[in-house]
Amino acid sequence: MKREITLRVNNKNETLAVDDADSLLEVLRDRLKLWSVRESCGVGACGSCTVLLDGRPVSSCLLLAVRSTGREITTLEGLGDGQSLHPIQQAFVNERALQCAYCTPGFVLSVKALLDELPHPSEEEAKEYLSGNLCRCAGYAEILRAVRSAQEKTAR
Amino acid sequence: MANLSVVGQSVYRTDANPKVTGRALHVGNIEMPGMLHVAVLRSPYPHARITRIDKAKAEALGGVAVVLTGAEIAKMPGVDAHFGPAFRDQPMLAVEKVCYAGDPVVAVAAVDKRTAEDALQLVEVDYEPLSAVFDVLEAVKPEAPLVHEHHRPAKAFADLAHVKAGQQSNICYHFKLRTGDVDKAFAEADRVFEDTFSSPPAQHMPMEPHVALVYLDEHERLNVWTSSQSPSYVRTELSATFGIPMNRIRVRVPYIGGGYGAKLYAKLEPLVTALALITRKPVRYALTREEEFLTITKHKVVSRIKTAIKNGTITARKCEVYWDTGAYAEIGPRIGHKSGYTSAGPYRIPNVWIDSYCVYTHRVPAGAFRGFGVPQVIWAYDSQTDIIARALGADPVEFRLRPALDEGERFATGTIVRSFGVKEAIRRAAQAIEWSKPRARQTGTKRRGKGIAAGVKAVLTPSISGAIVILNADGTANVLSSTVEMGQGSETTLGQIVAEELGLTVDRIHIVQPDTDVTPYDTITAGSRSTYHMGNAVRMAAGKIKTELCEIVAAKLEVAPDDLIARGGRVYVRGMEERGMTIGEIFLAKFGSLGTTLAAEAVCQPTASHMDPETGQSEKCTEYWFPSATAAEVEVDTETGQLKVLQLISVGDTGTAINPRHCEQQLLGAAVMHLGLTLFEEMVFDEGQMVNGSLLDYQIATIKDIPQAFRPIVVEVAHEDGPFGAKGVGETGALTVAPAIANAIEDAVGVRIRDLPITPERILRALAEKSATVTLKD
Repeated sequence: MKREITLRVNNKNETLAVDDADSLLEVLRDRLKLWSVRESCGVGACGSCTVLLDGRPVSSCLLLAVRSTGREITTLEGLGDGQSLHPIQQAFVNERALQCAYCTPGFVLSVKALLDELPHPSEEEAKEYLSGNLCRCAGYAEILRAVRSAQEKTAR
Repeated sequence: MANLSVVGQSVYRTDANPKVTGRALHVGNIEMPGMLHVAVLRSPYPHARITRIDKAKAEALGGVAVVLTGAEIAKMPGVDAHFGPAFRDQPMLAVEKVCYAGDPVVAVAAVDKRTAEDALQLVEVDYEPLSAVFDVLEAVKPEAPLVHEHHRPAKAFADLAHVKAGQQSNICYHFKLRTGDVDKAFAEADRVFEDTFSSPPAQHMPMEPHVALVYLDEHERLNVWTSSQSPSYVRTELSATFGIPMNRIRVRVPYIGGGYGAKLYAKLEPLVTALALITRKPVRYALTREEEFLTITKHKVVSRIKTAIKNGTITARKCEVYWDTGAYAEIGPRIGHKSGYTSAGPYRIPNVWIDSYCVYTHRVPAGAFRGFGVPQVIWAYDSQTDIIARALGADPVEFRLRPALDEGERFATGTIVRSFGVKEAIRRAAQAIEWSKPRARQTGTKRRGKGIAAGVKAVLTPSISGAIVILNADGTANVLSSTVEMGQGSETTLGQIVAEELGLTVDRIHIVQPDTDVTPYDTITAGSRSTYHMGNAVRMAAGKIKTELCEIVAAKLEVAPDDLIARGGRVYVRGMEERGMTIGEIFLAKFGSLGTTLAAEAVCQPTASHMDPETGQSEKCTEYWFPSATAAEVEVDTETGQLKVLQLISVGDTGTAINPRHCEQQLLGAAVMHLGLTLFEEMVFDEGQMVNGSLLDYQIATIKDIPQAFRPIVVEVAHEDGPFGAKGVGETGALTVAPAIANAIEDAVGVRIRDLPITPERILRALAEKSATVTLKD
């Protein structure tokens, strides 16, 4: 069934008609053209479609769009000021924590949520937090370094 | 190398910004007006005759543009319903029969994916099941059910010109190597070791699944956007399959979300082309992850290896390698050949006998996978080398170093090796893991051990890379290259090479993404070949431009061209920086106007010499070699079989490192990927049915799996013909991970694992068998 909903995406209200069966991923990509949100496994196991929902990372492939109203949805497009790179993105560049980068948007958002929740995560905490994001180029060592580097920049 | 300003520097990735912002273009982001979406009905049977397809109800569904079958494709005038890089054996959609569970049977193109999927539910297909064969060793028996009655060679690649038509056998390719007198050596041996090793089918798992978009433009030309590692090949294949002239096909590849071999040759493109030609609408097909599991795999391999020892040295080795290539040969014959001839290892062995068989079975097709089959053969030969060393009471490192080939010696193929840093790689690995440090005596249930493994891969030869460099009047350059940026950093590497040659900085170089309308032919982006082949092509093209710049400056300043150098956007007299011209001034001198361009093309085309089909002997079988070594320290819990990797050191001889940090990153990434393959990855089949075909059931390495101590070591044995001495690195870190872990396990607890993956169950079973044997002996 189609219904009209309003989603709060990257600090903007988006009102659109969606099907009850539409996932948040489908709406963000196919309707709002937020291309940083990517499908890979379709079963919530890889983190490629990660977005922040009220600041917490979720797999948008598993979430229905109609259940996402009234929440603050952040995609990579909404990170930072839109002009320069966010410190976490800059850390990924500096530490070379990306290769094919298909997983990068999901990782950057997960690191954002991690550092918001735990500004000084231990190695184990960081690994645990990020274990839901898969990177087949396997740049995990570099990603961990990026977490450290971002942590220094974002810590006040 | 002296006086280099860009090459050898770990400059940042030039593609970092679009990638880290998520703005990088992928095929999945491209939309066309009226674009249709595809869903495919797949065979539930591993082998069956199609007796009836009723698609009337599906065709009647609103929003459905076409419901297509293989029989209909076969009737399209001038169209070959089958494709493939070695044999034209794979139908776009099954024709008459299906050959594996998952074989595409019916395709629907509709206004959206959901409608296409709904339409599939309305298609009725009747099958008459046929007997099938799933095991590679069963499939080679004369009485085995045949997967294909005839094998039709594709003739697409020069290195596969020797692949012959065959029939009435599941063996589609047999590579032979014979040198010395193996039988005599075994008869005279002090000891003979005989082992069988296996490695399972596995998934490449690029985070971006395959996707292709095809449409006809206003000139009725075929336009293809595809997540492919081989745009030039896709154009050739579509031209051959559909009888369309090559200049009426345009293949473009934007950034792709990983490949690892999965996205080589043609995959979705022929089917999507058929759908676009029929509907005359843009058509996009994006695989789901589940379909990805049913599209391409890593070869399952069974290796029997027998080695003769006389006076403590290896005198003979006999290898039988069986490659399960699945229902369609894909690139299996090339793998059986290129990896087959390295199956005895990088050692001085006077008598070698190799049989490498590429075998059809009724399973998901297998193709190239990071390492191109070499990790599977090294799994066998290096595991066995370690077994032998330990059985003889020799030090495993010394036992490898003694027979390891030196520069100028002959490989088993008769080819003289050069730029062959295998000994250096072994030494550096041993040093890094403190191999010679005495091990503490261990008690308790947690035992530690160290292992070393070594091996070598040969680059695909012959192969071809062409490039065009265009220098602009403002001292910037555009580089036309068909190398695909799939994460390996080729844009940065090629940019560094061009920048160095023209005396520019990397930010002045733009690498144009593959577009067959403008970027010249390149064999494939794979096999650790791009830095060398495309690197040489862009360097030679840039060199031609530099020569022209120097000639203009030499005439103007009345100096000899040889006295000039290009640096900092200028060309000047060596040692007299003020005597020179900027690129803009040179362009003005030549053209009298700005906004002009200077272009040059070059082709890198290394050749191989003939390989004798009976003996596998060749004066030159490859252009260059990548030696690899891995050192590992593990801890085994003898009560649970759990394995912890404490240290992993990945060593690769890359030739001169164009970008050292990026070389290190390739070594580490390949090592972690193969650590997952070593410890838990396996596609499980039951009677030909995929059992764990989703990311919920199939595990790959996560950030929690990286070893506590984990580091790369780049060994730089320069290659005299490489660009600035470079070779390649994409696969090197993948080659020797599995045997290093298995060797460390034997060191820790005295059991030998011969089948991958090395799961806790396998370790526990081996420990139980060992203690049962010990008890019996007591």
